Amino acid sequence: MAEPKTKDVLFDPVFKNNPIALQVLGICSALAVTTRLDKAIVMSLAVTLVVAFSNAAIAVLRHYIPTSIRIIVQMTIISSLVIIVDLLLQAFIPKIADELSVFVGLIITNCIVMGRAEGFAMKNSPVVSFIDGIGNGLGYSVILLVVGFFRELLGSGTLLGHTVLPLASDGGWYVRNGLMLTPPSAFFIIGIFIWILRTLKPEQVETE
Amino acid sequence: MSAENETIDTPAESSGGKGFQPNTVSGTLIVAVGLCLICSLLVSGGAVLLRPSIQANKRLKMQRNVLIAAGKFDEATNSDADIPGLFESVQAVLVNLPGRTGMGELEVDDANAGQLNSDLDVDTYDPRKAAKNPEQSVAIPADLDEAGIRRREQVATAYIVKGENGAVSQIVLPVYGKGLWSTLYGFLALKADNPNDMPVTGITFYEHGETPGLGGEVDNPKWKAQWPGKEILADGGKPILDVTKPGQASETNEVDGMSGATITSNGVEGLVNYWLGPDGFGPFLERYRDGQVNFTAESQGRVESAE
Repeated sequence: MAEPKTKDVLFDPVFKNNPIALQVLGICSALAVTTRLDKAIVMSLAVTLVVAFSNAAIAVLRHYIPTSIRIIVQMTIISSLVIIVDLLLQAFIPKIADELSVFVGLIITNCIVMGRAEGFAMKNSPVVSFIDGIGNGLGYSVILLVVGFFRELLGSGTLLGHTVLPLASDGGWYVRNGLMLTPPSAFFIIGIFIWILRTLKPEQVETE
Repeated sequence: MSAENETIDTPAESSGGKGFQPNTVSGTLIVAVGLCLICSLLVSGGAVLLRPSIQANKRLKMQRNVLIAAGKFDEATNSDADIPGLFESVQAVLVNLPGRTGMGELEVDDANAGQLNSDLDVDTYDPRKAAKNPEQSVAIPADLDEAGIRRREQVATAYIVKGENGAVSQIVLPVYGKGLWSTLYGFLALKADNPNDMPVTGITFYEHGETPGLGGEVDNPKWKAQWPGKEILADGGKPILDVTKPGQASETNEVDGMSGATITSNGVEGLVNYWLGPDGFGPFLERYRDGQVNFTAESQGRVESAE
């Protein structure tokens, strides 16, 4: 196994090996923070930053991390980063930080972050690990943005707070879909996304 | 794990770890302690650096919501930069809520209830913290607990909005209580220039975890727009708010509930009635009606006797 190619590391996780669609990791937050597109964008950025920097930090330390406590070491680094990201959000975009509430803190337990730390950063150089973090953050972001886009559009008739489909309750024509505002709708959207993805890329279909 | 590392890495990189043996007891301890030190430095450094702006944001949020409840801040036209100027007409005061005996019963002639509190500093007092602190809060008996909050603080922060001539024009009271999933935190503004007739001037909820689109509509401006003018205090000062089924509100003390959110609607009814009632701000409002509360800056935090 040679050093992975930068381009593959960056773009593979977006469609070819998407952490949510193929590995089905980290879907908890994909349900929770996608009622509106702006929340999904901020959450995507937060996760991408945390994966990228935790990957880089763990890759730098990988020869010094004792095997027996490696998971705890990874958790410590990840949670420190998450706390810092949470503080930054509270300091600079307090309104969205309020709405994301505990879900920023729960990035610590996001399987994508741990999975990349253990599965990639422990074996690769810091630069490649950092890019891998960005790539997986992008893969996570793609799903979050797609889910957030449809949930906000069909559930509230708006995008980023701007009215796109005038609601019937405000004198428009669009009767909003209440299901889109509840978590199960994210499962449907992710399911449809996976369906489309696996139709286009049949190699992702699991053998029975 | 470590054997695998060596095969993937380029030789130049792997040489970094040669002198140090992480998989010994001492190596493990050194790494654990060192990492903890560095991480705690980073986290506490970040917290210290960002604390001023986080606290400023919290204060701004509180002030913004007081102004929204009072109808002085329009989210469409005003920006956060207007808040300090708009808030100049608002005075924060601390109000003693009714005391309780050891048995949890209301103290019948509680001389303190409804008085302004001058012992605590209004700028640093945090009602949310006090409600969790056993020394500064009291338990609420289940039969009185319309808001479903079990404990409440003994001293609350109220906001007095003054008109152009300096007279009291509105009183903004903090209210909170359980909805379906979460505790709703908000402000309720009452018109106060005529103490014998205090209709609602506005309500806002700034923190809740209700279902978006259903119970979450409590923060929808269209739902809140039906509140101004509602007469939810009966002649004796008894709160009589009724949140009805959607579309059925007809009396002046009735507000349409949110469709698909009966429990949140009931929660709003309960919490407003609780906080305006005898266990909440009832005694304070009664003193205000009797002209016993003086908010002038000179006597801030004092209550002058009517006689």
